[in-house]
Amino acid sequence: MSEAQAVQAVARESEHQDAIIRVERLVKRYPGRPTNAVDGISFAVARGEIFGLLGPNGAGKTTTIGILTTRVMPTSGRAEIAGVDVARRPVEAKRRFAVVPQRNNLDRSLTARQNLIFHAAYFGMAPAERERRADALLEQFGLSDRGNERVDRYSGGMAQRLMIARALMHRPDVLFLDEPTTGLDPQSRLFVWDRVRDLHRAGLSVVLTTHAIDEAESMCGRVAIIDHGCLLALDRPQALKSLVPGHRALEVRALFSPEQAGTGGPALANHLRGLPGVERVEEVGKEAPVPAGAPPVAPGGPWGQAGPPPASPRPGEVVLRLYAGAGTSGLITAVAQATAAAGAEIADLKSHDVSLEDVFIHLTGRGLR
Amino acid sequence: MAVLEQAAPEPVTRGTALGAIGAIFRRDVVVTGREFWMFLAQVLLQPLATLFIFGRILPGIGMASGDYAKILMPGVVVLTVVITALQSTAMPLVIEFGWTKEIEDRLLAPLPVTWVGVQKVLFAAARGVVAGIVIFPLGIWIVGAAAVHVTPANVGPIAFYTVMAALVGATIGLTLGTLVGPQQINIMFALILTPMLFTGCTQYPWAELGHERWFQILTLFNPMTYASEGLRAAMVPTLPHLSHLVVVPVLIASIILFGAVGLRGFQRRSVD
Repeated sequence: MSEAQAVQAVARESEHQDAIIRVERLVKRYPGRPTNAVDGISFAVARGEIFGLLGPNGAGKTTTIGILTTRVMPTSGRAEIAGVDVARRPVEAKRRFAVVPQRNNLDRSLTARQNLIFHAAYFGMAPAERERRADALLEQFGLSDRGNERVDRYSGGMAQRLMIARALMHRPDVLFLDEPTTGLDPQSRLFVWDRVRDLHRAGLSVVLTTHAIDEAESMCGRVAIIDHGCLLALDRPQALKSLVPGHRALEVRALFSPEQAGTGGPALANHLRGLPGVERVEEVGKEAPVPAGAPPVAPGGPWGQAGPPPASPRPGEVVLRLYAGAGTSGLITAVAQATAAAGAEIADLKSHDVSLEDVFIHLTGRGLR
Repeated sequence: MAVLEQAAPEPVTRGTALGAIGAIFRRDVVVTGREFWMFLAQVLLQPLATLFIFGRILPGIGMASGDYAKILMPGVVVLTVVITALQSTAMPLVIEFGWTKEIEDRLLAPLPVTWVGVQKVLFAAARGVVAGIVIFPLGIWIVGAAAVHVTPANVGPIAFYTVMAALVGATIGLTLGTLVGPQQINIMFALILTPMLFTGCTQYPWAELGHERWFQILTLFNPMTYASEGLRAAMVPTLPHLSHLVVVPVLIASIILFGAVGLRGFQRRSVD
């Protein structure tokens, strides 16, 4: 069994009985393209779950969401929302979900309130109810006082809030959020995530794509990691992080005298590798003589160009990351002693949290962006 | 948190596709209604100026025959109806598909996406018909009642050709709107709309073009020619004109052809 097949088998095993979304061997090839944009993805989303799709641009996330939301026809495979085949019965499927797209697609000829009311009218909601619901949602999303304004005057954050409010008007079972906080200021991001948590508590199922790793980790019950149209891994964020060998890490910045830096670093790394419980040690940054004409940072290093950027080391400084599966707290004293014994001063010593990005790099060897 | 009820096992809204299309019509009426005077100014200024210069000023100074207004009037009505309907589908589609994406909320409404295209055509045609209706009283005012021949006997054929002209314009607009990207709007006006304006037999009767045979043949490729000839035959039956037996089938065929190509384009732009 290939690794991809194994992953899909695991995905099928974890499939919930009460799935609101079911995707089976989904394939999409756009005409004239040499490869599949979505290449045999299978997964299921449980009712009431917040499910994250994580992957770099072009990985197939948006196409997958496009198929589920009836805007892209699958080449083969099957996708269901609430038991409705989205390709065969798109009209019925459209009643079940709502989409908040990455780009503002509000109806600019209408006011904010009319955007909500007409959306509900398209879904056949009775006039009195859609008025009441529009007012309630405007209130909840902090837009009551601007409800009668044309939306072309809205800021990015307000438009995003209004799009979520609009999506909720027809009471969908599933809410699709495509990069919901891209381009928002921190306050608006927090507001959006707070509302999403409220919706989750109220029982709504949410599927979101995001580049913001920390947000995916804190928001999602499970995360699917997608690359080149394939599902690489699917699990709870904590479980995914345990895929990275030595998924707890300690980062030490050791300051050597300049003449010692070249030899002291590797020697210290070797010494640290011998400490009990340490699974791996990587040198993630050091001040090195830059050959003329070469880029200042070699691409494709252990963290790729997109990895967590180590703060630029000072002359003579060596940054080492120790991975230890069983935890790193017991290592602090030993690391401090070893560094001192190597003749270096400790500039910093901190625990490094393995992120979903580390998982992605572990699975693909590349950064997310 | 009253609005965040538990997700329902069955969809709460059970509206029909017809109900959805009705709501989209209401949306369009609200948007057009709010800008109604702007809409009228936009579609009426050019035909009224045309009627004034060619139907009143030129005959007044002896540079056109007094009867020219009779020939011109049906042509100006067709021109207004076709161009208004065409722009009412083409422009919003180019902008909404290419740039603002605001059509997406309607594409995700619970109705087949092609119905959204059909609705666009019907509403654009309605705008064309409204513009055409308004031309009549204004035409009487500018070129005189004698040049605007409307009687109980020909009001039926006039209404028929006005509606046909509107549907031709709206379906051509649907085709253009789904084929043309936002960067090509200027080219569309220069290369398609301008030739259409002058080869549609709106300013001259087709039968009189015998001395420029190549041009007479060229005008046959413009669906507007048949609408102009049909409406002119209804309003000024004494002038030589293309037979209704030619005009009506060609108009219907144009609507079917451009409607089908346009809806295919619409489907292609709506669903990848």
